[in-house]
Amino acid sequence: MQFMLLFSRQGKLRLQKWYVPLSDKEKKKITRELVQTVLARKPKMCSFLEWRDLKIVYKRYASLYFCCAIEDQDNELITLEIIHRYVELLDKYFGSVCELDIIFNFEKAYFILDEFLLGGEAQETSKKNVLKAIEQADLLQEVRPGPALAKQNVPLFVTV
Amino acid sequence: MSPSVRLQEMIRVIRSARTQGEERGIIQRECADIRAQFRQGDNGERSHSLAKLLYVHMLGYPAHFGQMECVRLIASPRYNEKRIGYLGAMMLLDEKQDASLLITNSIKNDLSHSSQYVQSLALCTLACMGSAEMCRDLAPEIERLLRASNSYIKKKATLCAVHIIRKVPELAELFTPSARTLLSEKNHGVLHGAVVLITELCKRNPDTLDQFRKVIQTVPELVQIMKGLVTSSYSPEHNVAGISDPFLQVRILRLLRILGHNNDTASDAMNDLLAQVATNTDSSKTAGSAVLYETVLTIMDINSESGLRVLAVNILGRFLLNNDRNIRYISMTSLQKIVQTDHNAVQRHRGTIVDCLKDQDTSVKRRALELSLALVSAVNIRSMMKELLIFLSFCPPELRSQTASGIFNAAERYSPSKRWHIDTILHVLTTAGGDVRDETVPNLIQLITTASELHCYTVHKLYRALVKDIAQQSLVQVACWCIGEYGDLLLKGECEEIEPLQVTEDDVLDALETVLQSHMSSPATRGFALTATMKLSTRITDNVDRIRSIVSIYGSCIDLELQQRAVEYNALFKKYDHMRYPAVLERMPVMDKNSPGYTNGDTPGEIKEPDTSKPKPVEAGLLSEPASQVCDLLDLLGGTDTPLQPSPAPTSTPTTTSSADLLDLLGGLEPTPAEMQKHCCVYVHVVPTVSVYEKNGLSLKIQYDKQTETEVTVSLIASNSTQNDITSFTLQAAVPKSVQLQMKAPSGNVIPAHGLGQVTQTVLLNNPNKASLPCFRFVQLSFLLNLSALFMHKLDYTFIPPTGQP
Repeated sequence: MQFMLLFSRQGKLRLQKWYVPLSDKEKKKITRELVQTVLARKPKMCSFLEWRDLKIVYKRYASLYFCCAIEDQDNELITLEIIHRYVELLDKYFGSVCELDIIFNFEKAYFILDEFLLGGEAQETSKKNVLKAIEQADLLQEVRPGPALAKQNVPLFVTV
Repeated sequence: MSPSVRLQEMIRVIRSARTQGEERGIIQRECADIRAQFRQGDNGERSHSLAKLLYVHMLGYPAHFGQMECVRLIASPRYNEKRIGYLGAMMLLDEKQDASLLITNSIKNDLSHSSQYVQSLALCTLACMGSAEMCRDLAPEIERLLRASNSYIKKKATLCAVHIIRKVPELAELFTPSARTLLSEKNHGVLHGAVVLITELCKRNPDTLDQFRKVIQTVPELVQIMKGLVTSSYSPEHNVAGISDPFLQVRILRLLRILGHNNDTASDAMNDLLAQVATNTDSSKTAGSAVLYETVLTIMDINSESGLRVLAVNILGRFLLNNDRNIRYISMTSLQKIVQTDHNAVQRHRGTIVDCLKDQDTSVKRRALELSLALVSAVNIRSMMKELLIFLSFCPPELRSQTASGIFNAAERYSPSKRWHIDTILHVLTTAGGDVRDETVPNLIQLITTASELHCYTVHKLYRALVKDIAQQSLVQVACWCIGEYGDLLLKGECEEIEPLQVTEDDVLDALETVLQSHMSSPATRGFALTATMKLSTRITDNVDRIRSIVSIYGSCIDLELQQRAVEYNALFKKYDHMRYPAVLERMPVMDKNSPGYTNGDTPGEIKEPDTSKPKPVEAGLLSEPASQVCDLLDLLGGTDTPLQPSPAPTSTPTTTSSADLLDLLGGLEPTPAEMQKHCCVYVHVVPTVSVYEKNGLSLKIQYDKQTETEVTVSLIASNSTQNDITSFTLQAAVPKSVQLQMKAPSGNVIPAHGLGQVTQTVLLNNPNKASLPCFRFVQLSFLLNLSALFMHKLDYTFIPPTGQP
C-alpha cells in the first residue's frame, strides 16, 4: 500500500498515513486531487478506480471515506477487506465508532492503524491480537510518568 | 484538567470557528502556546503540546518547528512521550528532512529496549519512514530481531526487513537465510510477514528466486500451509466470513505465482492445491472472492494444465454474473489480460460482457468496451456491431472517441460487405461525428469511391442525412463531397438499393448553400461545400448561373482559403470554360489506399482538392531502377489508374536465404516512402509475400506487413485450390525464447474451395532485445479435407525478417 486517507464527505482530512516518501507539497496536491475525484463518484459505483498509475480502493462508512492507494500487483478485493478490518478494530476500540471519535482521538486512530499495518502491509491478521496489543500499550501509557518503565520481557501472545 | 482533555478542548475550539479567518487566528494562538511549551523543556506537558501540533498539521498548517521536539521526545524515557514522539516523526519527518537522521540513534537504542512495546514503536517508525542510510545502519539489528525474539516482535521485524530491502536492495542477502526459517513458524502474523519477505526477495533477484524454488523447496511447504488453511476446521481467531485467514491465503497464492511462473516443476507441484482452492472456496462474501481472484491470477500466470485454465476462466465468467459491481469489474480486468491468449474461452462469455456495456458505472462500462472490442471477430461482427452502435448512442462522452475508433477498426477488419461498412461508418458519424479522428473523412471517401456499385445508394443516404442535420462536421464534409461527385446520380431519381427521393437541382444547391452559410460549419466544411457546388456545374444542366453567382460571391469572402478557391473557380468559368467540362471537373477515379496515413493520391490535373493531399506526380525516377528488379513484389500505388493488384508470390523453394535477399532489396527502398511522406504525397506500399507451403492444393503465404525497431507484423494467408473446402484449419508456430509471439484470431477456420476465399491470420512478433532477430518457425499445420482425412503436417519453415531498418 502506498498511502491511506480518511476524509469526510465535505473533503476534510481526518487521517493520512503515507508509506512512500513525498514532500509536503506533493502530499497536499495528491490529497486534494484524490479527494475531489472520489467525492465526485456516485453512490452505486464500484469501489475501484484507476488514478495516475495507481489503483485506488475506497469505501464509505457513514460520513467517512476510507481510501487506499495500492500498486498494480496488489489484490483490490483483499484491500477492501483490510479497510473493513481497520473499521472493525476502530469500532471495537471506541465502541460503535463515529467520525467524532476519530476527530477527537486522532492519535489513537493512528496507534491502532500502526498495530494493524506496518510499512504498508498487514502485520497481524487476528483481530483479537491487535486489540490486545493496543490495550497493553495503553496500560503502559497510563502509568504515571516516572523514570523507569515496567519491564515486559514475557511475550503477551502465545504462539499458535 | 487532564492533558488529553486539553487537546480535545483545543480541537473543539478550532471546530467551533465559524470562518476561515477565525480558525487561522485560533491556530496562531495555539501554535504560539505550543512553541512556548517546547521552549520550557521537560515538564510532562510536552507530549500533549506535540499532539496538538499534529492535529494542526493535519488541518494543513505548517508545523516544521515541531520536528526537533519529535526528536527530543523520542529520546525520552517515558513511554507516552516516546509514543507521541514517534508518531510525530512519522508525520512530520520524512527521509528528505535532515532531522530524520537524528533519530537513528534513538531507534537503535529502542530496538534493544526491554519493553516490546518500545521496540515495536521503533520498528514501526523505521518501516514507515526509514531512509536508505538509516536502513543500512540498522539492518543488522533488524536481522537479529528476525531470529531471536518473540512472535510479536518477529512479525514486525519481518515487515521492517521488507522495507529495508525496498530501500536498499543490496541488503537482501542479509535476510535470505532467516527468511527461510520463518516459514516454519506457526504464528499467522509472523507467517504472513515471512511470505511477504520471501515475495520481495524473489521479486528482486532471480537467483534468490531459483534458490527458493530448488534448494529450499518452498513450494511444497507453502502448499502444506495453504492446505491447512483451506481444509482446517473453523478457527474463530482468523476467520473472515467463513474463510480462514484470507489475508495470509492471498499472500501465499501471490508467492506461489512468482515461484511457478515459467517453471514446470513448481507449477506441477501446485496444480492440485490450486484446483482445490478454486473449487472449495466459498465466494459469497468479499473475502472468499478475494482468495478466488488471487487463485485465478495465479493459475493464469503459471504453466498450469489446460483443465485448470478452463476452470479459472469459468470462475471469471461466474464473477461476471455476480451482483456485486466490484467483482464484475475485477473479472473484466482479468479477462482483458487473457483475451489474447485464451481467446476462445473468453468468447464464451461474450453475451455477459456485452450486457455489462449497459452498466451504470463508467469504469465497468470502460472495461466492457475494451473487452467487447477485443472479442469482435468475423463470425460475430454483425451482432457485436449492433450492440456497439447502441452503446455509442448512450455512452458517456469520455468513452465516445474510444468507441468510435474501436468500431472503425473492427469494421475495417471484419466488415461482411461494403454496403454494411459504409452504413456503419455513416451511423457512427451521425451519432458521434464530433468525436471521430480526422482521418475518418478521407478514409470514408476512399471507401465510397471503391464501392462503385453503391454510389447511388450512398449519395441518396448522405443527402438525406445532410438535409436532416448539418451539425456533425465530418458527416457534412463527406456528404458534400459525395453530392459534388455523384450529384447526377442523385438527380436522376432512380436507385436500386434505397427508396429514391425526387430531388431537383435547386434542392441540392439549396442544401449546399445552407452548409456554406451556416455558422455551424467549420472553414474546412465550407471548402468542401464550395468545391462540391463547383463540381455540380458539370453535372447539372439548368442552374449553372446560380452556381456561377454563388462562386463569385465567395470571391470576396473573408476566409482566405474560400476566397482563393472562389476566385479560381470564377476564373475557370470565365477564361477556361473549355477546360471546365469535361477535363477538370470530371468524375474522379477510384482511389487506392496507401499506408499508413491513408492520404489519397489524386490524379494530376485535378485542381485544389479540399483538405486532401496536394497531388504530386509519382517520382518515377526514384523508383524505376529497383522497380524493374522487384516489380513482381512491389505495388506502386497512386498516380496510376489501375487498382491494386495482388502481388504474385515469388516461385520456387522458400529457402530462408533467398527470401532474405529479396526482402533486403526491399529494405533498400524503405527510405523513399519516408521522404515522400514529408511531402504528404504518394507512398510506395511494399507488400512482399513469401510462399511457405504449397502442397495438395493448399498454399500458405506469409505477407510481411510492417517492421519497427522491436516488433514485426506478418500476415499468414492460406488459400485452397482443391475441389472441396478445407475445414478446421489451424496453424501453430514456435519462437525462440527471446521473442514474444502473439497470434491474433484467424479470420476463420474454413478455406473455401477453388480459391474462392482465403483465411488470414495476423501474427505479431515482439523482440524487446534488439540484438537478436525476431524469427519464427512454423511447427504444425492441421486441417480437414473432404470432412474426413485429418491432415497434420509438420512444417519446418523459418521466417527471418530483413536486417535493413527503414
